[in-house]
Amino acid sequence: MNILQKFEAKQLDQLKDQKTIPDFSPGDTVKVNVKIREGNNERIQAYEGVCIAREGHGINESFTVRKISYGEGVERVFPLWSSRVDSIELIRRGSVRRAKLYYLRDRRGKSARIVERTTGHGIETREEKKAKKK
Amino acid sequence: MRTGLIARKEGMSRIFDEDGRHVPVTVLKVDECQVIAVRSEEKDGYVAVQLGAGKAKVKRTSKQNRGHFAKAKVEPKKKLAEFRVSNENILTVGAELGANHFIPGQFVDVTGTSIGKGFAGGMKRHNFGGLRASHGVSVSHRSHGSTGNCQDPGRVFKGKKMAGHMGDERVTTQNLQIVAIDTEENLILVKGAVPGAKQGWVLISDAVKKPAPEGVPLPAGFREAPKSAQEEAPVVEAEAAAVETPAAENNDAPASEEKKAEE
Repeated sequence: MNILQKFEAKQLDQLKDQKTIPDFSPGDTVKVNVKIREGNNERIQAYEGVCIAREGHGINESFTVRKISYGEGVERVFPLWSSRVDSIELIRRGSVRRAKLYYLRDRRGKSARIVERTTGHGIETREEKKAKKK
Repeated sequence: MRTGLIARKEGMSRIFDEDGRHVPVTVLKVDECQVIAVRSEEKDGYVAVQLGAGKAKVKRTSKQNRGHFAKAKVEPKKKLAEFRVSNENILTVGAELGANHFIPGQFVDVTGTSIGKGFAGGMKRHNFGGLRASHGVSVSHRSHGSTGNCQDPGRVFKGKKMAGHMGDERVTTQNLQIVAIDTEENLILVKGAVPGAKQGWVLISDAVKKPAPEGVPLPAGFREAPKSAQEEAPVVEAEAAAVETPAAENNDAPASEEKKAEE
């Protein structure tokens, strides 16, 4: 590892201690709790939508969340490790075949739906659940 | 006037400040930066310290320089540079400087050698507009156009901006802020970009256009003995390190290096 990689790894270790980020991927519906500052007060605002992209690596990773707000499509890009992002909740997993879901931008309503994913990575199979219960 | 430091540009990264804002930083490594020689008023007519940084192979160091390093009792260095200092800030030969020479929040000037662009045209080199895309212009869309008048003056004025070599020159960026220092790894994090390519040598000194910052170590910030045995210090150390006596540093450090230098 060169000095820069070492530096970034060290930073990432520190950030990982501060918060845990669920294992989510494009297609999943997530709720991002964002810290908002109003004057001297700080409050948390939730922003819920479909994660349509994850970009970058390590400390530079960011993700894009799209939602329809009052009939208007809204996309927000969050740095994954920013302390402005208080926490991320995984609401629902989605079954998609692409890493970047930019095609959703051209779609409305029914065709913009994503089917829920019940198998695959990050999801326990029935046998695993049984084994856990035992 | 304090001395500056020689550092190596490692590249750019980001850190998040306590507000969660992202700060773009350039990571500079202070790699075994030692005092090689001292210039004095009586002998040289000016006061300065010569610093060396990096580690050079002995067989790739010229004989003259081998002698020069042997005299200072330090290992051969890759980069040498002089910094003008005031009389009270003269350092002893052999003292090793560290990243704690600067304190977080202070402003510095960083000098480097910009990335060479080769022979560049007027549009790239001087931001010329070029010629039109159509209306009869052929072949010369990116040319610089006319260079002057006709028979009077009958010549091109000196300093006319034209195509030519661009980059690979000494560039100083002023008033860059130090975001943090890492005394463990001897890193300096500077906000924003710094001239030069990655792995290039840069000279860092206190900003000339800002008042002298308070609390900086005088005459210089010396590298403390590596304390890896102690508990792991936080990555971004936001502390102004204490000044150590240069004499103590002097005695133990070059002892083992003396033999190698004299080879």
